[in-house]
Amino acid sequence: MASADPVDATNPDAVKRTDLAQVPPARRPARREKSVVERAVSEALASGLLTFFVLLPLVGFHATESGTGSLVLDYRFGLVAVFALMVTAGRLVLNLTVWRGDGPRRSAARVPPKSVAEAEAVASPWPRLGAVASALVKPVFFGLAIAYPLIAVTLVGGLGPSRYWIDIGIYILTYVMLGWGLNIVVGLAGLLDLGYVAFYAVGAYTFALLSTSVPINDFLAGHLGEGFWTAWSFWVCLPVSGILAAFWGVILGFPVLRLRGDYLAIVTLAFGEIIRLVLINWVSLTNGGAGIASIPAISFFGIPFSSGEGGFAHMFGLPFDSMHRMIFLYFVILGLAALTALVTVRLRKMPVGRAWEALREDEIACRSLGINTTLTKLTAFAIGAMFGGFAGAFFAVRIRFVSPESFTFMESAVILAIVVLGGMGSQMGVAAAAILLIGGMEMLRNLSFLKNEWLFGPNFDPTLYRMLIFGFAMVAVMVWRPRGLVANRMPTIFLKQRKSVSGSLVKEGHG
Amino acid sequence: MEVFVQQLINGLTLGSIYGLIAIGYTMVFGIIGMVNFSHGDVFMVSAFTGLICILMLTTVLGMSSIFLILVITLVVAMIFTGLVSWTIERVAYRPLRGSFRLAPMISAIGMSIFLSNFVQVTQGPRNKPIPPMVTDVFVIMERDGYQVTLAYKQVIIMAVTAGLLLVFWWLVQKTPLGRAQRACEQDRKMAALLGVNVDRTISLTFVIGAALAAVAGVMFLMYYGVVNFADGFVPGVKAFTAAVLGGIGSLPGAVLGGLLIGLIETFWSAYFSIEYKDVAAFSILVVVLIFMPQGLLGRPEVEKV
Amino acid sequence: MCAAPSAPPARSWDADPILVVDHLSMRFGGLIAVNDVSFRAGRGDVTAVIGPNGAGKTTVFNCITGFYKPTAGRLALNHGGPATAVELDAVTAAGESWTRTGKGAVYLLERLPDHRVASWAKVARTFQNIRLFSGMTVLENLLVAQHMSLSETGLLSPAALLGLPSWQRKQKGAVDRAVYWLEKTHLIQRADDPAGDLSYGDQRRLEIARAMCTGPVLLCLDEPAAGLNPRESAALNELLLSIRAEHATSVLLIEHDMSVVMEISDHVVVLEYGGKIADGTPDEVRHDPRVIASYLGVEDEEEAVAEAAATKALSAEANP
Repeated sequence: MASADPVDATNPDAVKRTDLAQVPPARRPARREKSVVERAVSEALASGLLTFFVLLPLVGFHATESGTGSLVLDYRFGLVAVFALMVTAGRLVLNLTVWRGDGPRRSAARVPPKSVAEAEAVASPWPRLGAVASALVKPVFFGLAIAYPLIAVTLVGGLGPSRYWIDIGIYILTYVMLGWGLNIVVGLAGLLDLGYVAFYAVGAYTFALLSTSVPINDFLAGHLGEGFWTAWSFWVCLPVSGILAAFWGVILGFPVLRLRGDYLAIVTLAFGEIIRLVLINWVSLTNGGAGIASIPAISFFGIPFSSGEGGFAHMFGLPFDSMHRMIFLYFVILGLAALTALVTVRLRKMPVGRAWEALREDEIACRSLGINTTLTKLTAFAIGAMFGGFAGAFFAVRIRFVSPESFTFMESAVILAIVVLGGMGSQMGVAAAAILLIGGMEMLRNLSFLKNEWLFGPNFDPTLYRMLIFGFAMVAVMVWRPRGLVANRMPTIFLKQRKSVSGSLVKEGHG
Repeated sequence: MEVFVQQLINGLTLGSIYGLIAIGYTMVFGIIGMVNFSHGDVFMVSAFTGLICILMLTTVLGMSSIFLILVITLVVAMIFTGLVSWTIERVAYRPLRGSFRLAPMISAIGMSIFLSNFVQVTQGPRNKPIPPMVTDVFVIMERDGYQVTLAYKQVIIMAVTAGLLLVFWWLVQKTPLGRAQRACEQDRKMAALLGVNVDRTISLTFVIGAALAAVAGVMFLMYYGVVNFADGFVPGVKAFTAAVLGGIGSLPGAVLGGLLIGLIETFWSAYFSIEYKDVAAFSILVVVLIFMPQGLLGRPEVEKV
Repeated sequence: MCAAPSAPPARSWDADPILVVDHLSMRFGGLIAVNDVSFRAGRGDVTAVIGPNGAGKTTVFNCITGFYKPTAGRLALNHGGPATAVELDAVTAAGESWTRTGKGAVYLLERLPDHRVASWAKVARTFQNIRLFSGMTVLENLLVAQHMSLSETGLLSPAALLGLPSWQRKQKGAVDRAVYWLEKTHLIQRADDPAGDLSYGDQRRLEIARAMCTGPVLLCLDEPAAGLNPRESAALNELLLSIRAEHATSVLLIEHDMSVVMEISDHVVVLEYGGKIADGTPDEVRHDPRVIASYLGVEDEEEAVAEAAATKALSAEANP
């Protein structure tokens, strides 16, 4: 019993191996120290063995449909062995190089890199240069974002072939905007919202329903002319979508905001799911799972991107090209994202923004200073939701089709991952994370080189591995940088010198 | 009345499965304060492991005793799922312990995506049916041609659940492991200073949670006779709902919550609308959390000023 | 339980109280943390609440600052001048949480939500375990405290969103006020550092500066000298005395450090086991036998002796 007992307090081994940083390495086992190589080999073998057994059931066996429809097994033990050997070799190499002399457990960044961040922030030998560089990041990023369509068209050579790149640009910017919107709620106010996609859905469906509404179309056709609603619906509905999403933010937020921490996360998750399920099941309004199609396309402020008389190309004397609409969409989402960023930057310097951050730091202290925490949380929720609603309306006008499939929990998780990976509260970090995650995920779509004869063969379907790699990357990135890409917080005001605040001091909120 | 009794039976069966999964959530939350988002997918992995094992036993080894097949499958699924969960904790969560609260959560979401896609890649995207294993039913009531039936498999599910809960209860209440777990729940640092091997205790918590989820997985497979790589998410969320409903951190609460969610779901489907059964489950969660944030059996959280 | 106030002389806190605590009781389940405590804090005074650990001091504080809703009792805060008994009873009976009075206004703190206690009644507080916004800079901490004066038009003023000059002026005023308090607390050199990087003593002073930035009429300090070294403690005394001298702020403090209590307070209230055992000037309290007994933690026997002595003293006083 005693040997199997995992926590026998009198067992010196248990104490000795307690994985606490306080226990100095000198107090490690008294028995003969294994040499580095010896330990590396034994650890590598253990990892390999573990890999073998973990993979054995699901990789080693494959349940396939037989001709009669019932399942039969086929075997892939070779594959398991290959993986196990790969892990063994990888672990051995890592143990002998990166993790040398110290187990990987201890190399994990348990100690906050406070001193490092501070040293960077305060005692950098070229503080001016650093400040100039960081001041340049935003304009350069924004400039690149504006020039991106031009660059893409030039590099690819022509409007038509650039479609793919423009499309990715739009896609990424949508997520940048969603990330910035959620950043207000999660990064600034410290409220964990796992149902952000609900507001995205509200925005998208608001636009979809209003723009395809026959009564509105008929009514406006009678008063403002045929085709008015088709041409103008996006521009009219965009603010409506944002306001309605904000309204839903308040409605959902009001009852739940007195909940703390993970409860809030779960309730927001539940709300997100409820909204999706209602969209699926309320067929008379939303057409259920089939979705709403034939949403009017975006117009250049009333001028349609059509080939005929009165179309955009005709009005501006250009040869017609369907890419005009795409490029315009790109600039619309760039404008919306920039609006989100600008408003957030302003809000951070206002009482409400400071109250959000204070709320993230210490809610009780906030109340002692007379801050109405419920109202403050609601504003964060509503403003975050509003930007989600704008993004939703944009999504609907880009795809011209909405269905509940687009608003699953996965979306919320990806947006949240962007915010956390970016470094909560940091706008540039969030943008970088969106580019990395969404761009990376797109890149994974074209791994066709893997179909090469000498790699996996033509039967290999790389797209299958896209989400697999994505999930793994999420884990890896979190383990690598738990505080995100940009861990430091920039103060909103300074007296003499702007110094960044080390991430280890910044709280993450608990509500 | 007949419909009511039938739904009661169905609800309790479903609730047993939810309860078993919910324990994993509630234990992990209790000990490291983390919502283990990948737990639902661990459940799905266990169902697949069970599927492979059943196929191995029936088609390859030609075994025919249902009892033996079930017992062996349960044991195999528990061992392998425990191993998988141990590895996940080691790779994805342990390096993040003591860091930023959201990091393990994102890591868990990533792990959830990884697991479901891993199964999709290795076993294919299609539904995997197994031949019906236990088909006999008791007819316990009959009126106007409506039979109230209690299937053998429902009896098996409830009996296995009850038995396992007893074992598990003993494990948590009476063994040094349980004591160490409760110590870690109270104060991890202090427990470590007093000689509790915190890392091993947490690992074992994950393993136990996964083993219970594996039982749920095998039961799920036996009950529905089919499993799909995407089957982790919805039962996972519902089991988490159950854990929260019962009071997160409370083990009896998780079981109670699981049974309640199962009952709510079946009764709602029977009497109101089957389309909105998930909406009902989630709405109950929201309502409970808003009016009773500590859940049914949880300890109330006292705000320290 | 508590001795009837023996022939009260005209006390400043009776004549012009800023805070009147009437029959305050607070129960947590079966535990009675505060039992029928009444006292007054004078306007412009430094009032100290002392007592052994577990006497209910912090509970009284949490009731006054709105974090706990008392089980019973009334907490009246007077702005301007003392409310008359008639006015007080009228507002109590009307179920209002505040009213204007002849001399200003009176707030019933037990009826206000916690943030209103700070924003309307202007009661500011500090915490026993310091609660700063550690990831924000020292200056930001002080600006958060001034959000009320900065956001008169609501949390989302368009002037602020657009950065109009009127907003810039307001912001400038807030920064000036923050700088004033930073200088007063000798923290001006650390203005741009994160609050979490300050030393313990600096954090204590910053918390007081932050509370003062809300422009309070009553400042409640929960063990401000705890964990300070003698030099820091002296600096704290100086700060509190200057707050009393230069600002229209009354101070209510919980303190264990007798040197702080005796040196700066005008009025001391002593609690024990949730009840009040003494109330008077520092000198009176210092010589109160029950205070001596409870503070020195005498044995039962000695306590009996002390009590006997006290009874003798009291009876001697009564029959000269």
